[in-house]
Amino acid sequence: MTAVPAPRRPPQATARAWNAAGLVVTAVIALLWLTPLLWAVDTALKPESDTTRIPVTWWGAFTFDAFRKVFAESDLARWFLNSTVVAVGVTVLVLLTASMAAYGFSRTAFRGRRALFGIVIAGIMVPPQVLVVPLFREMLGLGLVDTYWAMILPQVAAPAMVFILKKFFDGLPRELEEAARVDGASPWRLYWQVVLPLSRPVLAAVGIFTFILTWNNFFWPFLAVSDPDLMTIPVGLATIQSSYGLRYAQIMASAVLGGLPLLVAYVFFQRDIIRSVAHTGLSGT
Amino acid sequence: MATITTEAPAAVPVAATRAPLWRRAPAGLLFVLPFLLFYLAFLVWPTLSAFVLSFFNESLTGTRGELVGLRNWTEMLGDAAMWSALGNTLYFTALSTPALVLTGLVMALLTNRVMPMRWLWRLSFFMPFLLPASVMALIWVWIYQPGFGLLNAALTSVGLSEQGWLSDPSVAMISVVIATLWWTAGFNFLLYLAALQQIPQHLYEAASIDGAGWWQRLWSITLPLLKRTTGLVIVLQLLASLRLFDQAYLIYIGSGGPAFSARPILEYVYDTAFTSFRFGYASAISSFFFVLIVVVSVAQLKLFPSRREDAR
Repeated sequence: MTAVPAPRRPPQATARAWNAAGLVVTAVIALLWLTPLLWAVDTALKPESDTTRIPVTWWGAFTFDAFRKVFAESDLARWFLNSTVVAVGVTVLVLLTASMAAYGFSRTAFRGRRALFGIVIAGIMVPPQVLVVPLFREMLGLGLVDTYWAMILPQVAAPAMVFILKKFFDGLPRELEEAARVDGASPWRLYWQVVLPLSRPVLAAVGIFTFILTWNNFFWPFLAVSDPDLMTIPVGLATIQSSYGLRYAQIMASAVLGGLPLLVAYVFFQRDIIRSVAHTGLSGT
Repeated sequence: MATITTEAPAAVPVAATRAPLWRRAPAGLLFVLPFLLFYLAFLVWPTLSAFVLSFFNESLTGTRGELVGLRNWTEMLGDAAMWSALGNTLYFTALSTPALVLTGLVMALLTNRVMPMRWLWRLSFFMPFLLPASVMALIWVWIYQPGFGLLNAALTSVGLSEQGWLSDPSVAMISVVIATLWWTAGFNFLLYLAALQQIPQHLYEAASIDGAGWWQRLWSITLPLLKRTTGLVIVLQLLASLRLFDQAYLIYIGSGGPAFSARPILEYVYDTAFTSFRFGYASAISSFFFVLIVVVSVAQLKLFPSRREDAR
């Protein structure tokens, strides 16, 4: 091997060059992607008077003033609580209703089952944003505007989640259910005690994805609620630009705090979140 | 097709008629029912009622307006503001879709290899996706400021001229595209990364033995195997881009941007309904847009039949 003169560079060296180039490109893109976040944190840690100084600097006086003021003056804690109520409520209801429906479509027989499933699947195509006008009218009619219910209920109708869960149930072996049924278990017990425990990974995926979408949802909660006491984080933060005027350090401190809960959750559940988003995102269509 | 056998109603007629309704219904239907109620009340009903409303001249006052037939629809067809808002949405879609799909692909290709600090690169690509739209908008409005804004400061420091990111009508929508690219490229990145991890490693090993370089392996193995994923990602991105509202609304605080140059069609629907209080007219516009989205969705089903495509 060594006797033959290499016409090109040896493959080892080429591979190493490619790897180094790949690493540099990756690092540059990552830096670009991190810069806005770092800049937000950097601004939030400046004294208010330094934020609009030209030329722009990254290093300078350092203070927690902006964070202190946000904690003292804003409703961030309240919005956090509201976001939690809405996101947990929607997630629990989606997990329950969608898994029940998926079980019904996957494991039981009734007249019109296929047609009904077709109608549910067609709903995946409906963009919720085009429904805001009739939905708002409906909420007015039900007297639910400015309640948690107005934010929670419409987001429970998630046909894509039924589709994902049914696909998973379809792939589960039926032997365990058969055995339980011979023992006289009711359909409810088969669902609750046999199928659901076997479905933990997909339930986690659907639950995490639903939680993230609901936590960050802006358009519908923004319409459904105008009472500041009921605003979620995305809706509340939409109001601060006008109320804080040009106090950028304070605005950035609020932005950082508003984005923090999910980022912290991500640090702890990185694997689950990535799997959930990839899995649910791909099979949702 | 194993089925749950419930008592056949014909066999026990007396018991069946006396049992409460929920006992007589087939068990399967009872499982589906709770979801179905939500689905009918908050998805099917609003969809249908948007179409019905579009033939009325209804306003926020609550009383059902009078039937105006097709007047909302004919007004819409001649409404320059509607067409320009639709144009804005299509412009955003045309710019953002290729950018977002390509960026996601490049990010996934780069980090799907063993490399130092891979977790950090992946984290930085995906993190923005977890931020609410309002946080993203606050950060980018700050970055786009004239003079002390980070982006303009960077431009002037390398000798380029400042841009009116938020004030120039010809740039305003591009600013939304850039912010969106930063915000959601991480989602496409994850989809591509998941697809890349499905590719069996032995394909690459075989190719390496045959002397194929990195570039050759990319073109003859990776990209062809990503075809189906790419189809899916494009469709998902197309539909997501067409639904533009949150970022554009939040970055320009509901103003539509300079000379309404960054007002997407959904924001025009919102303005019509909740600023002008014309529910009927807003319903006509959103129904029209809904039909457009359905056409795109159906076209994608024809273009990318997702299940039987595996052979290719």
